[in-house]
Amino acid sequence: MPDLLLQKGDLQLLFDRLSGDGFRLVGPTVSQEAIVYDEIASVGDLPRGWTDVQAPGSYRLEPRSDEAFFGYVVGPHSWKKYLFPPLATLLTADRTDSGWAMHAPPEPTEKYAFIGVRACELAAIKVQDRVFLEGAYVDPIYKARRDRCFIVAVNCTQAAATCFCTSMNTGPRCQAGFDLALTELSAAFIVEAGSDSGRQVCGQLPLREATPAERAAAEAARAQAVAGISKRLETEGIRDLLLTNLEHPRWADVAARCLSCANCTMVCPTCFCSSVGEVTDLKGDHVERQRQWDSCFNVDFSRMNGGVVRNDVRSRYRQWLTHKLASWIDQFGQSGCVGCGRCITWCPVAIDLTEEVAALREPGP
Amino acid sequence: MTAPLSPTVGNPWLCHTVRIAAITPEISGVATYDFEFTDPDAANRYQFRPGQFNMLYLPGVGEAAISLSAHPAARRRWSHTIRVAGNVTQALAQLGTGGVLGLRGPFGSSWPIDDCRGRDVILVAGGIGLAPLRPVVYRLLAERSHFGQLTLLHGARSPGGLLYTREHATWNAGGVAVQTTVDRTAADWNGNVGTAVVLLDRLPLPRPENTVLLTCGPDVMMHFTARAALQRGLPASQLWISAERNMQCAVGLCGHCQLGPEFVCQDGPVFRYDRIAPFFRVEGL
Ligand SMILES: Cc1cc2nc3c(=O)[nH]c(=O)nc-3n(C[C@H](O)[C@H](O)[C@H](O)COP(=O)(O)OP(=O)(O)OC[C@H]3O[C@@H](n4cnc5c(N)ncnc54)[C@H](O)[C@@H]3O)c2cc1C
Ligand code: SF4
Repeated sequence: MPDLLLQKGDLQLLFDRLSGDGFRLVGPTVSQEAIVYDEIASVGDLPRGWTDVQAPGSYRLEPRSDEAFFGYVVGPHSWKKYLFPPLATLLTADRTDSGWAMHAPPEPTEKYAFIGVRACELAAIKVQDRVFLEGAYVDPIYKARRDRCFIVAVNCTQAAATCFCTSMNTGPRCQAGFDLALTELSAAFIVEAGSDSGRQVCGQLPLREATPAERAAAEAARAQAVAGISKRLETEGIRDLLLTNLEHPRWADVAARCLSCANCTMVCPTCFCSSVGEVTDLKGDHVERQRQWDSCFNVDFSRMNGGVVRNDVRSRYRQWLTHKLASWIDQFGQSGCVGCGRCITWCPVAIDLTEEVAALREPGP
Repeated sequence: MTAPLSPTVGNPWLCHTVRIAAITPEISGVATYDFEFTDPDAANRYQFRPGQFNMLYLPGVGEAAISLSAHPAARRRWSHTIRVAGNVTQALAQLGTGGVLGLRGPFGSSWPIDDCRGRDVILVAGGIGLAPLRPVVYRLLAERSHFGQLTLLHGARSPGGLLYTREHATWNAGGVAVQTTVDRTAADWNGNVGTAVVLLDRLPLPRPENTVLLTCGPDVMMHFTARAALQRGLPASQLWISAERNMQCAVGLCGHCQLGPEFVCQDGPVFRYDRIAPFFRVEGL
């Protein structure tokens, strides 16, 4: 299918089409001075005319000089909050005369259309697919949500100072894993379909074939994002670098700065750790087993009866970095990092993992 | 190392319900529970290999990872030896015979018993660490003629911490030489004093290159056991440890049990030492 053109004024028609097909729309919207992902009703909820300015430890919204809908990069949220919900019921147990009756929770009835998924985020979804769907055990919560979602990707036309997707080979161009991908021009979007459902939706919209000039304009817009990327993570030999430097002095250095607040793991679009807890009614006859996001930065994460395994910030920061960039490769055949830069932006003390890796490349004293 | 029996089809969070059929007090704070499935179908399908574990679930309290300590040929009824440690194990201790709880499993890798054929075998168990090795003892006894010299070195903090002592005479008679030791002696104790590693240091090893050692206990104990065994000439590829980490899911999805690149719940708990050593040796990993 050739690239198509959707007039900006017709973006709402796409939303209407998806709503008509039963999808609840989730997309970027401004809330609490950030661009977050939330349920949206119309194009009016999009962060039109806003951009984000990011740096290690800092995030700020600023008005744009134009009316772009998607003229920002990525915010604190990622799509994992819909596919791998922060809180989910795994099992219910009800007391019976002879013991307990246990059941899986009902499958969700809602299905979501994600609007504005960036290339690094498509990569992150693929990383979580590998964790939750492609191992020996399939996570039913993730699967039920993943099977039902519709993905409208958006190609980046600018980059933040914290972006390094080019180092991770995850962006900025959306290559696969979407139903539709948009590139925003000043008056229109170039639309690519990446799946049969995407092509079907296209068939129901007032699209026309893009002209060579329009396609060239889209190419130029996407090139701006590539040109805007300044950060780099050297990935050559990174697995061995990290796993053979487990006693490097840099771990103590970063531990002196790290607050072990877990922000980096919460904003990370691939971190998948969780803990399970019990929620009981007053009589104790109805119990829900609930799974909640957890983080290797929490002390209790590695608690055993004999004590805590990772009992200092040094060992916890080391777990995060070595897991994300090294042991993830052993476990899942790919890096756990997609280069979105969220952990750098949302670190309250501006720790930048690319700098930590660079320092680990220096031999210890 | 062996792969899980079969990838569980369906929802890995679903539990079977099991009923406590019998409770045998072992030592202070430790009892062996015999379980039976409430669903006969599940009972017929259930099989495990020595070294694997189940997740036991008490609704409203939580789950705990507990090794199978039954005879591996047990059908329909099998046992777990459980030490009261915290919330779940305490609540379990409050249930009597007939009590019903949830169970998921079996999970994880198993001891390499087939690799032990034709070889001398040393089992080194610290405290409750003997529980996951008991099915190995049963297998070795059942197929005694296939193995060389068989030794169990069992250490505990005090004489009262030695496990399954009522069975030791049978094991000795069947051809598994049991040696016990305690860290702290007591008035009525005239046995060995010191750690199980001391026993290992003293153990004659006629053919270390043809000896397999399996160990389960606290990390430090396994650490020193491995070191002593290597010094005595056992190859690292013939040492096996069973590791313990916090576990929430037992199916590689919660992240808690990571030890370097390994998920202890899936890749372990039983590891060949040469595979895990670079990570097992690092403090706080
Ligand atoms: C593979 C494996 C096999 C085991 N086999 C046995 C056995 O045969 N017999 C036996 O008595 N014990 C065994 N344990 C230890 C047992 O799992 C813990 O003692 C138990 O989880 C403690 O739970 P609790 O709720 O009573 O204690 P709490 O201290 O209240 O535990 C609270 C939570 O902390 C975590 N936790 C605490 N201690 C441990 C621990 N040691 N290991 C993993 N998670 C922990 C769990 O998530 C638990 O739900 C085994 C552990 C593992 C990992
Ligand atoms: S970095 Fe930490 S929180 Fe994230 S997946 Fe790894 S262990 Fe879990």
